[in-house]
Amino acid sequence: MKSAVIVFPGSNCDRDAAVAITRVTGHAPRMIWHRDADLPDLDLIVVPGGFSYGDYLRSGAMAAHSPIMAAVKAKADKGVRVLGICNGFQVLTEAGLLPGALMRNQSLSFICRDVLLRVETSNSDFTSGYNAGQVVRIPVAHHDGCFFADEATLDRLEDEDRVAFRYCDAQGNPADAANPNGSRRNIAGILNPGRNVLGMMPHPERLADPLLGGTDGAPMFRALAAALS
Amino acid sequence: MSEPAITPEIVAEHGLSPDEYDRVLSIMGRAPNITELGIFSVMWSEHCSYKSSKKWLKTLPTKAPWVICGPGENAGVVDIGDGQAAIFKMESHNHPSFIEPYQGAATGVGGILRDVFTMGARPVANLNALRFGAPDHPKTRHLVAGVVAGIGGYGNCVGVPTVGGEVEFHPSYNGNILVNAMTIGIADTDKIFYSEASGVGNPVVYVGSKTGRDGIHGATMASAEFSEDSEEKRPTVQVGDPFTEKLLIEACLELMATDAIVAIQDMGAAGLTSSSFEMASKGGLGVEIDLDRVPVRETGMTPYEIMLSESQERMLMVLEPGKEDVAKAVFDKWELDFSIIGRLTDTGRMVLTMGGKTVADLPIDPLAQAAPEYDRPWTPGKKLPEIAAAEVPERPWGEALLTLVGGPQGSSRRWVWEQYDHMVMGDTVGRPGGDAALVRIHGTKKGLAATSDVTPRYVVADAHQGGRQAVAEAWRNLTAVGATPLAITDNMNFGNPERPAIMGQFVEAIKGMGEACIALDFPVVSGNVSLYNETNGEAILPTPTIGAIGLMPDVEQSVGIGFAAPGQALLLIGPEGSWLGQSWYLAQVANRAEGAPPPVDLAAERRNGDFVRGLIRVGKVSACHDLSDGGLLVAVAEMAMASGIGADVSAQGPHLHAALFGEDQGRYVLAADEAEAAGILAAAAAAGVPARRLGTTGGDALSVNGKDAVKVADLTAAHQGWFPAFMG
Repeated sequence: MKSAVIVFPGSNCDRDAAVAITRVTGHAPRMIWHRDADLPDLDLIVVPGGFSYGDYLRSGAMAAHSPIMAAVKAKADKGVRVLGICNGFQVLTEAGLLPGALMRNQSLSFICRDVLLRVETSNSDFTSGYNAGQVVRIPVAHHDGCFFADEATLDRLEDEDRVAFRYCDAQGNPADAANPNGSRRNIAGILNPGRNVLGMMPHPERLADPLLGGTDGAPMFRALAAALS
Repeated sequence: MSEPAITPEIVAEHGLSPDEYDRVLSIMGRAPNITELGIFSVMWSEHCSYKSSKKWLKTLPTKAPWVICGPGENAGVVDIGDGQAAIFKMESHNHPSFIEPYQGAATGVGGILRDVFTMGARPVANLNALRFGAPDHPKTRHLVAGVVAGIGGYGNCVGVPTVGGEVEFHPSYNGNILVNAMTIGIADTDKIFYSEASGVGNPVVYVGSKTGRDGIHGATMASAEFSEDSEEKRPTVQVGDPFTEKLLIEACLELMATDAIVAIQDMGAAGLTSSSFEMASKGGLGVEIDLDRVPVRETGMTPYEIMLSESQERMLMVLEPGKEDVAKAVFDKWELDFSIIGRLTDTGRMVLTMGGKTVADLPIDPLAQAAPEYDRPWTPGKKLPEIAAAEVPERPWGEALLTLVGGPQGSSRRWVWEQYDHMVMGDTVGRPGGDAALVRIHGTKKGLAATSDVTPRYVVADAHQGGRQAVAEAWRNLTAVGATPLAITDNMNFGNPERPAIMGQFVEAIKGMGEACIALDFPVVSGNVSLYNETNGEAILPTPTIGAIGLMPDVEQSVGIGFAAPGQALLLIGPEGSWLGQSWYLAQVANRAEGAPPPVDLAAERRNGDFVRGLIRVGKVSACHDLSDGGLLVAVAEMAMASGIGADVSAQGPHLHAALFGEDQGRYVLAADEAEAAGILAAAAAAGVPARRLGTTGGDALSVNGKDAVKVADLTAAHQGWFPAFMG
């Protein structure tokens, strides 16, 4: 699997993503600086977490207009897998690769903790390592993670099986109390129509090492490597 | 531009006494201009000169075979083996955080990060020790919300995990909160950067953010006196830009990987003045700076403003000659300002020019040498009586326990640390909520344990014992996760040192700390002093916050506080509980903040701790917790809540409340496999360590001597409930 992690000024989970991918798949990603306008031949592009350009405007809004994002869009159009994690998800919505927007958390506070997610579909290279309905534990760490889209968009995401993860309780119920940020319909991650772009607020790269308290993030990278090697 | 005349009022506004001003005159051989006066003022301020505290700080032990650099640099440096060093320091940002809690706390984090990465270390962990006024004081909630958001806002954005700390409430902080921030970084031992300038003619380079009028030193005087068009007064609290800090970290570390840098220093308090001054002073050199070359954010800035600005995210470097282009390319890549503003000279003078004219010219060494140093009078604190357990009324233990774990002091701080990204960088093995945080050293199996501790109510009751206890508790918390304690940074927060009773607290606390440092081989390698923490003549509780780090050779060997399983043996290491003076129980259950605090037997502390660490390292222990606030039963309850597993413990002695809630020092609770228990007790007996079988884990409730069970779920509800309910 040939992979790359995009590095914006202010990215801060770029190394974490590279470490997790290397650890789980054995393939070390290339780190691509935001000013590069070209991308090499790739199977997977990760848009990592952090605070690109400081996120002093809307989160991800500046990064969406950086030179590298045009190249990422072009790759995505050709079917290259693109994974946006946290700030990466925000960037992908701002860049129009995914619908909806990530608004300030309902609590108005930054929140960092492990949350439970129900895997909604195993029908993608990102999620084929999980069973639909499976409950996994993955951390969130964000200030702007409240997923919003209009009702028609939400319906379409559900109808097209494009909701990848939902916040849930231990029994797998997408309960209000299990929703850390007020996301519509407890949505934590979504796919594009081609199912080759996934954006998610939780950080699978943070729990892919037993010493860090869990490995529920690892199947995502393992499945990607299996599908793309 | 008209320069104001130097009147006695202006001298006084700059915090210089008439006596100190006489010294200025004799050093200068003439009256200083306003810029020069400003430079004297900040260099001789308490903050920069340590004039009240230096005499006593010098008495602290600062050396050990593993100490690479002790106090005097930007941060302390200790060897952690394999060619790597840990670089760390704690610093206060108390007053700004009270005035503007978000920015005050945020820039406190930014400042301490710079102290660490300026030495060549990548910051890997932040901690913070916060002290607020009474929960029911009208300002407290506002301050808690702002400070926590500010710390998170800065640390989360720069991408350094905030892994631990403390939050305490006491009415003495009503008008003067404490925000003490600590950063730990990792560097290669052959790539540590210092601030000592060298090489006459070498370029002096300014990098980072532009200089604005923010943060100009309290007594800025009416800006109208400086220029014709009267500028509005700017707030003296600086504004943080964590994004620029993140870029500055990456750019500095990138440049540090080359051989371009001779010396580097962050612009912290007193900005360009203290950074340029200290670099030249340490190198025994002079410096010339062209202020027209300083990147500025606003027009019409005066030399005084440029030199005293405390704008954030700025660094000063001395480069090797000919390396300017290499360095500039790095800072261009990260889109940060880069300007060669001057050069080193052999004159021993600081010469500032602007518009082709000399605007300040002062001698460096005499100014540094003549910095005032005071031996302030002090009076020892009055010894308080010991409180006999028999005098303290007893309440049912279950009720008392719920009060303690569900109250303002003992409740979970989850509401706070969930607003901090404590996992970024992917090496947080021990998350917040345990005795010490544990961060793996990237790419290795080693780890750094870190904690911050002090018990101000003990210090106010007996500063000597309180000083010993603060150091001992930090040592104990590192030990409780299995780490070898290495060194400490001390953040001394006290009231007005011109009052002999306050100075007495400072002196006695230092003496106690020093004794503990020696007994525990735990030197002080960096620190910060914050004095004059008073409002309306009312001083804060004396608060010598101890930030400490320890080394874990293999993070897999470390243990947490949560019980691993039901059916485990519980063991008490150390003496039985007996001491209720200054305890949580006495204050919160009996409503009496009285008596002498528990004494610290440093030999026993060392012996018991070394024994416990040894057991953890050989895998004989499945959970460990030190005993501190609230004594034995609070510790066991915290272990139960961390795991959801209950326990039954036996308690002995004539007074059950003293046995369960006494705050005697040098103690731990261990959980171990049943099969290991007898062996551990035998080993303890052989080592002369007091130890006994305390009980067994299991069930869903906590009971004492098999009776009066309290559900763990009820404890957890109380423990988790207080903070969110308080903050609404």
